[in-house]
Amino acid sequence: MSTAKPRVGPLATPRSTPAPRLDVDALIDDPATGIIVCCGSGGVGKTTTSAALALRAAERGRKVVVLTIDPARRLAQSMGIGQLDNVPRPVPGAGGGRGSLHAMMLDMKRTFDEVVESQASPEKAKQILENPFYIALSSSFAGTQEYMAMEKLGQLHRDAVERARHDPEGEGAFDLIVVDTPPSRSALDFLDAPERLSSFLDGRFIRLLLTPARGPAKLMSAGFSVITNTLSKVLGGQFLRDMQTFVAALDTVFGGFRQRAQQTYALLQARGTAFLVVAAPEPDALREAAYFVERLSGDQMPLAGLIVNRASPSPQGSGLSAEGALAAAERLRRDDPESVTAGLLRLHADRARLVAREAQLRDRFAAAHPGVATAVVPALAGDVHDLDGLRRIGALLAGEASA
Amino acid sequence: MTDWPGVRLHVVTGKGGTGKSTVAAALALALASHGKNVLLCEVEGRQGIARMFDVDPLPYAERRIATGLSHHGGAPGNVYALHIDAEAALLEYLAMYYKLGRAGKALDRFGVVEFATTIAPGVRDVLLTGKVFEAVQRNSRNRGAMQYDAVVLDAPPTGRITQFLNVSEQVAGLAKMGPIKTQADTMMTLFRSPRTTVHLVTLLEEMPVQETADAIGELRSARLPVGGVVVNLVRPRDLSDVDLAAAREGRLEADRIEKDLAAAGVEVDEPLVAGLIAEAADHAERRTLEDSQREVVAALGVPTYELPRLAGGVDLGGLYELAGMLKEQGLG
Repeated sequence: MSTAKPRVGPLATPRSTPAPRLDVDALIDDPATGIIVCCGSGGVGKTTTSAALALRAAERGRKVVVLTIDPARRLAQSMGIGQLDNVPRPVPGAGGGRGSLHAMMLDMKRTFDEVVESQASPEKAKQILENPFYIALSSSFAGTQEYMAMEKLGQLHRDAVERARHDPEGEGAFDLIVVDTPPSRSALDFLDAPERLSSFLDGRFIRLLLTPARGPAKLMSAGFSVITNTLSKVLGGQFLRDMQTFVAALDTVFGGFRQRAQQTYALLQARGTAFLVVAAPEPDALREAAYFVERLSGDQMPLAGLIVNRASPSPQGSGLSAEGALAAAERLRRDDPESVTAGLLRLHADRARLVAREAQLRDRFAAAHPGVATAVVPALAGDVHDLDGLRRIGALLAGEASA
Repeated sequence: MTDWPGVRLHVVTGKGGTGKSTVAAALALALASHGKNVLLCEVEGRQGIARMFDVDPLPYAERRIATGLSHHGGAPGNVYALHIDAEAALLEYLAMYYKLGRAGKALDRFGVVEFATTIAPGVRDVLLTGKVFEAVQRNSRNRGAMQYDAVVLDAPPTGRITQFLNVSEQVAGLAKMGPIKTQADTMMTLFRSPRTTVHLVTLLEEMPVQETADAIGELRSARLPVGGVVVNLVRPRDLSDVDLAAAREGRLEADRIEKDLAAAGVEVDEPLVAGLIAEAADHAERRTLEDSQREVVAALGVPTYELPRLAGGVDLGGLYELAGMLKEQGLG
């Protein structure tokens, strides 16, 4: 039995306010923008976006260095950075006016080694660098890459500021650093890396490992001997000894490590840094992007906007709906199963549906994160392997329709 | 008939954005036909399985999440899921093998578990693969545990897969002897046996195809078994080759299209016809690129499977649809 109550429902579907457009040119032209960090989940075109932004900025007069982590080989070749050498290299054929473009690939292990060498006495550094635990940690620990990317960014920035002071027109006097973040298990790892390193080195377990190296063995609590016994049993005694040596050696350089990590973190929060979250119009990628946006605002990191790559190109010159197109295709196929026009209509319907779905995903994102400026970049038919390709992407990023 | 008889562990990897988790889920459904029970594992802490199957976030415990695919009238089996978390796996491992009551708790209290799982290199991967190994090769230590006909692992991305599975290598630098080393070697024996296979998911685009080729090379040099290549998100084929060529070369006849549209009751104007022709040309260009990448994939010399891009996205129904296609093509 129905009651006399009037039907209650949503009053009207509220028209969500579309996201404001991200003005890429204004961002890269602003001399106050010193660092642009591109972040997002794997496979959304982060590296290409970083390279395209950097190239565009260089051609608009900035002195740019782009720090990339693991570019696809052909993209790297197109920018003339064939080998991993951890040093900014000029990109031939890029730049315009007083602008210039350098590119470098992060060598994680070498960066780590350099930090150790700069913080410890030569003797101590040697001891650390040769420790098997260090070797494994510096080349394969899941967070090392993130941490080292941040470390390298800090170095580049300090150098650039220093050089700009002495000789603003000279080699290496960068006024814009574009960073491509590593494809992390969690897209947020690089923000956590400095903190994680600190808490690792401050951890109770590490303190305990250091205790026997520092003072009389009697300080070891009963609880700790249970642990060392267990670890020896599971991992073998050598493991524990290597780890102890490593931790003791690292402890001496630890203060410097932590200080640098905190400086880099502060640099990221500072005015002059801009974060761009890169995504694809897919639920997973946008979910990660949403995560990112929340995390960045939680950490008071300056978010400049969202870039949605690989958008399906809009249907051209017609308002024919997907349903209308499919129905018409159906009718044509009934008479002529081979009908070309039916094929065209089906393609149109497919494209219209994709575009509608992507628009809906973006609208939801905009509804949940109002005010995040957004740039939508249509998918190119082919991959990018040269500067011209990067220029096209740059133009699309900036909203130039004719690209 | 499946192309992979005798395989108990299907590892599914792929570059980010290729849809490897979707393919892993569809494969689990396809394998769980004809009364078979399948375990689907995830190791990246994303809770992607829970989202795809529309269930609550998964704990570190095996949960039944779906009924398998009905295929040719056979009674379907079940898909179970497990979200593997390295910390829980370490405590479980220690409890199973070392009967650590008090010491296990002490390890946790002193932060050793956190230390080992987030900091100690390779240990995390070894713990994750160790649990997968345990699920494939159940022994008497885990009493009353479910026996599965197959295990599907939604594995880390292509760039990391060889390192992830190469557990002996990972612990070699750290533990030269002792139980961990022995354990890793036993796991390696399974991973290198015909009971394991690694499937790679790709798109018909240059970068993912290149990464797939690289990963196949790396897997082979680590003597890990390469399975099939699953080409995902393939574009629809609504035009014949002849029409595609015509679209590419701008030879589609506007007059005829206009007449057809009118006959089908569509309100025709010039921009509509021009738009459809332009869309077809764009589509043809992309199809040409797809075809050239398809040749590269074919030259890899491994069985390939294709899944279409579903215009509406993949929901639970879509997963079954994809599972059916994998089954028909012989992957499941």
